[in-house]
Amino acid sequence: MYVAAKGGERAIESAHRLLAETRRGDPAVPELSLAQIDQQLALAVDRVMVEGSLHDRELAALAIKQAQGDLIEAVFLLRAYRTTLPRLGASLPLDTMRMSVRRRISATFKDVPGGQILGPTFDYTHRLLDFDLADPGDPADPGRRAGEPAPEPGRSASPAGAAPRAPDPLPRVVDLLDREGLIEPEAPPPEEAPVGDLTREPLQFPAPRDVRLQNLARGDEGFVLALGYATQRGYGRNHPFAGEIRQGEVTVELVPEELGLAIEIATISVTECQMVNQFRGSAVAPPQFTRGYGLVFGNAERKAMAMALVDRALRCRELGEAPTSPTQDEEFVLYHSDSVEASGFVQHLKLPHYVDFQSELVLVRDLRAAAGALPGA
Amino acid sequence: MSAYNFAFLDEHTKRMIRRAILKAVAVPGYQVPFGSREMPLSYGWGTGGVQVTASVIGPDDVLKVIDQGADDTTNAVSIRKFFERTTGVPTTTRTDQATLIQSRHRIPETPLRAGQILVLQVPIPEPLRWLEPREAETRKMHALEEYGVMHVRLYEDITRHGRVAQTYEYPVLVNGRYMMRPSPIPKFDNPKLDMSPALLLFGAGREKRIYAVPPHTRVKSLDFEDHPFEVEHWDRPCALCGVRGVFLDEIIVDDKGGRMFACSDTDHCARRRPGGAPGPDGA
Repeated sequence: MYVAAKGGERAIESAHRLLAETRRGDPAVPELSLAQIDQQLALAVDRVMVEGSLHDRELAALAIKQAQGDLIEAVFLLRAYRTTLPRLGASLPLDTMRMSVRRRISATFKDVPGGQILGPTFDYTHRLLDFDLADPGDPADPGRRAGEPAPEPGRSASPAGAAPRAPDPLPRVVDLLDREGLIEPEAPPPEEAPVGDLTREPLQFPAPRDVRLQNLARGDEGFVLALGYATQRGYGRNHPFAGEIRQGEVTVELVPEELGLAIEIATISVTECQMVNQFRGSAVAPPQFTRGYGLVFGNAERKAMAMALVDRALRCRELGEAPTSPTQDEEFVLYHSDSVEASGFVQHLKLPHYVDFQSELVLVRDLRAAAGALPGA
Repeated sequence: MSAYNFAFLDEHTKRMIRRAILKAVAVPGYQVPFGSREMPLSYGWGTGGVQVTASVIGPDDVLKVIDQGADDTTNAVSIRKFFERTTGVPTTTRTDQATLIQSRHRIPETPLRAGQILVLQVPIPEPLRWLEPREAETRKMHALEEYGVMHVRLYEDITRHGRVAQTYEYPVLVNGRYMMRPSPIPKFDNPKLDMSPALLLFGAGREKRIYAVPPHTRVKSLDFEDHPFEVEHWDRPCALCGVRGVFLDEIIVDDKGGRMFACSDTDHCARRRPGGAPGPDGA
């Protein structure tokens, strides 16, 4: 009797054992290594690092393995680990002009200083299933064309690949517009201003732009993508052009208080998107292009672009545009972007709610009895 | 679990949360924003309550965890287990022996006493949320004590149904000042909030808010002179222990409309039944 909603300790332990067994699958199939996930499911690792707000490929790969490939669950695992780490300090702003570029394109000019660099992209691939991949092939160099000499061992395994590099520093396309005054200037915040961190301080509205960008970068890719798409279809339209998308490695620098000078602590891979958006001008300002910005870990162009669209939509108030769409509503966007929060709250409906439901039953029966529909319960 | 601090959270985080709790106690019913941490359990499953409990629990505490009034529901088991692993404190199912009780959706039937702390898990802390979705607006409404919309909403129920049709998370006014959502406890439990000798803490992790009802604080369920506040009642006793005047669960026992009504508070019920240990409250 009455066991449906009551589980108890044994049921939970059995469920965990069954989960572990399901995760492993058929033991006759070799187990995945973290290095395999890191190297061959690299974009999944990137996404988990972006939404998990933690740059650590090995931990992200572990989370993906533990979560059986459920990336939202993997993000949750990584976040729950991240929350236990001490916050040592804030790095200097990344200088993406000095990025070691793997890919760099601009849709606003036919050619730009430094050139258009296609890099490793799904763009222009025909989405035909490649049945050759079904069987493990020649491990030497899958990217090598017939007749090309084999690379030195170990070289193709490097995440940076063997692609030719653009010279650095590589000027940013929007800076060229900036020089002409065609695009709104972007003044860096004062150096002593603290860097916002919504994982330490609760969101307050209106949220400063650094916190908004942090929220969007951590936000669920599907949610941010859908909102970005909605802006293109007229919900908070902002006439975007992809001014520049660049992807590659940047150096992270930190100034330790006791040292007083910048030291390099890491080289990480990031994708940056600068959208150029139309602005018709106002009574006090002549027409000028405006900016939307996206920056994420790894190779995550779709996310960076969507983020830049939503960033621009959320800037409506500061640019004097009347907010008319949910995409321009800061609370709507920032409160609902987080997959870990959303997934937890949606799924908490699985928890027993029979006490509140009993209250509702009592009320509805009383109301129906009062209306003469049924004898009172 | 030795890699983690006592009660999982680091001491800096606990201090930050305790500061928020102190502010909440100083301004009864006011929702204090706090830097809610990501916990190793899902948002919406008690992360706020767990953070509050983790911040106030000490090695001398005796912990009780319930969900829907029951000690053996899966999430209650899971949260109790979490604190057993991370603190090693003794746990109990007995309301009268616990110093700290974390609960979801119920206040125990056994009256709480001075010195006890009840931590309630809260999904949506804002009582005005269904009337105004924007946080910036509702904070302003609280600041200006602008609560007319809620009275209008309750009045609309009366014109439509002849009574207030709010059954759980029934709004209350705390200490004559702040309107508060008493977590989704059934309105049956609302009177237990009023002048409670125990400290009542409310934690909403996903929404990053903490609020409190300090001991011996007036908590009034909103009503009208001609439509006074009333609670649910059942015209039968608990089928297991025979008690009346407590909150009953309805249990479907077959597919022919058969039903059984039994105590939601499993500890209270078990101790009234033959073989159950009688509690000092005589129940």
